[in-house]
Amino acid sequence: MLYIEKMTKLIKNGEIVDSDFIIAKDENIDIELPNQLLPLSIYLKNIEHLKERDDYGVWLDSNEEIEALAGLIFFDVIALNFPSFTDGRSYSNANLLRDRLQFQGEIRAIGDVRRDQLEQMVRCGFNAFEMAEEENLAASLDSLRVFSVSYQATADTPEPLFRQR
Amino acid sequence: MYTYDVHDQKLVDERVAQYREQTERFLAGKIPAEEFQQLRLRNGLYVQRLAPMLRIAVPYGMLSSKQLRKIAHITRYYDKGYGHLTTRQNIQLNWPRLEEVPDILEELASVQMHAIQTSGSCIRNVTTDQYAGSAEDEIEDPRPWAELLRQWSTFHPEFNWLPRKFKIAVSGSKEDRAAIQVHDIGIRIVERDGALGFQIIVGGGLGRTPVIGSQIKDFLDPKHLLTYTEAILRVYNRYGRRDNKYKARIKILVRAMTPEGFREKVEVEWASIKNGPGTLTLQEINRAKSSFSPPKYDVLTDISPEETLISDSEAFKNWLKQNVLAHKIPGYAIVNLAIKATGVAPGDMTDEQMELVADLADAFSFGELRVTHEQNITLADVKQKDLYSLWQRLVSAKLDSPNLGLLTDMICCPGGDFCSLANAKSIPVAEAIQRRFDQLDYLHDLGELRINISGCMNACGHHHVGNIGILGVDKKGEEFFQVSIGGSANASAAIGKILGPSFAQEEIPQVIETIVQVFVSNRISEEQFLDTLNRIGVQPFKDAVYRKDD
Repeated sequence: MLYIEKMTKLIKNGEIVDSDFIIAKDENIDIELPNQLLPLSIYLKNIEHLKERDDYGVWLDSNEEIEALAGLIFFDVIALNFPSFTDGRSYSNANLLRDRLQFQGEIRAIGDVRRDQLEQMVRCGFNAFEMAEEENLAASLDSLRVFSVSYQATADTPEPLFRQR
Repeated sequence: MYTYDVHDQKLVDERVAQYREQTERFLAGKIPAEEFQQLRLRNGLYVQRLAPMLRIAVPYGMLSSKQLRKIAHITRYYDKGYGHLTTRQNIQLNWPRLEEVPDILEELASVQMHAIQTSGSCIRNVTTDQYAGSAEDEIEDPRPWAELLRQWSTFHPEFNWLPRKFKIAVSGSKEDRAAIQVHDIGIRIVERDGALGFQIIVGGGLGRTPVIGSQIKDFLDPKHLLTYTEAILRVYNRYGRRDNKYKARIKILVRAMTPEGFREKVEVEWASIKNGPGTLTLQEINRAKSSFSPPKYDVLTDISPEETLISDSEAFKNWLKQNVLAHKIPGYAIVNLAIKATGVAPGDMTDEQMELVADLADAFSFGELRVTHEQNITLADVKQKDLYSLWQRLVSAKLDSPNLGLLTDMICCPGGDFCSLANAKSIPVAEAIQRRFDQLDYLHDLGELRINISGCMNACGHHHVGNIGILGVDKKGEEFFQVSIGGSANASAAIGKILGPSFAQEEIPQVIETIVQVFVSNRISEEQFLDTLNRIGVQPFKDAVYRKDD
């Protein structure tokens, strides 16, 4: 059976917009349907077929490794899941996606995405956020940037603070 | 010591504002309790049995007199007039009000202090040798490196939601006074062919599964400190277990992958970031080092012990022998104030004692002091000729216990009197032992003998590495205590062996006395407890402790 989530709003590049994708979670996904974020395993199985198209993206769960996509990214949106807001693995995947795989497209946080973690996500390279159900999107915009300075070099800061001191 | 620049101050100020706003949203019911718990933990706030507990960060244990006076003020104004020195060189308040914590943090920020990352599954306060900069056996001052790590780990966005807490310790001397082998990462500064480098040890730890760490790098060029640490943290963040919090520490991952397998994984990750922007510049290393340049020592010569002993007071002689250590600069000494008065929780200091210690630091030690992981205070740069007048002032404040490193200088967690995790009350056990062993001459004769007490498996009292370790356990709702012997936290780190079935609280002083009697009757000349134990083994102790009186 095909399971499709309803269209949602998200925060993207600092603005509230309609989601242009649905997250396909079932194993029996109809890959012919447009505007889906496909599970990594489905994508890897159908890569030859999909790479000619431009109407899909891929999502990874937190236990999947972003390196599986090295050299295989022919699309513009990658979503990384937070099964729980305390699961920090997708931060590493995002950082590596920007830094190591040099991905320039959209990195979308999905799952248990909480307002008070948005800034950490931004700093690791996320630029789009499907917020957890109970979060208020307009209020969440205030939490995208709280700190005006950071010590470390991460996806959105190429140089650590000490090189600018 | 390190002084904030405009960037450091801005970060701490912005964190106070952020936390204030988060607290307001929580109180307005806009943040779920289980989420706010994680947010407040990352700012050092636990909710304990009786009240919240706020853990204030004291980076690598260093405090200025001004900072200590501020803490005294905070304990007086917001709390009950005392604070608690912790085994990770921090200071805890036992009775703050959740609503007032943002105000406390603002007060702390005004003296370049904070409570950032003192709890939660993130990188905690970096600890080091309490005698850094002053120790005779020092190869290199570890504090600049600890400060570089502190900055790198503060609000690192990738590593704020680790599988579990993460603790780093740095040692720069021959003797390991920072317990680096029982940390998630232990860093030992070593010298090879005239160049300095780091030995990196990972996967040590206490808690439920005590482990001595494994060395995965024998000589790391200092400029790679941050990138190599980043590689370790990334491997841990990605592959550490998250399904069971008791198996989530890095030690479990290192064991599962084998130290060699873990090392290879780190090396592969490191290869991608080595020499990248995170590589330390000479300018930055020098900036960090300049923050810890030596104080303006007078040019003096060492005073002979006879000259120091201008008083023939036995109490002063005992204190001098036990609490005062050699300094690398002629004419100076390192002085320890044992915060272990009988009848008071080990490591507890009143606001008045804090004010006095701040005054003493100003008068005798360049206005600086250190919190030690043994829950004592160190004045690291005292002139030898001032020792007697310093001691006289300590006597009147009851900070003159000459028991440093002795049996009654116990390490002890707050236990069931305060902590909601504890199985048992640890402080009354410490007090009962102190009352049993109140003959100072006897304690001095026994020599170095460390007792560590934890109220539960979380091992905040580091019981596994106590020469005698005492652990509170729960047996059908009753408090019992398991006793182990042979642990050690120094360079020859070891995990203690459990003697056998646990004891009721009131039996503990007798058990300790029996252990000490076995030691004394088997001791050869001036042997230390551990030497005797290593020579005769655990069995004689077991036999004596569990002997049936029939």
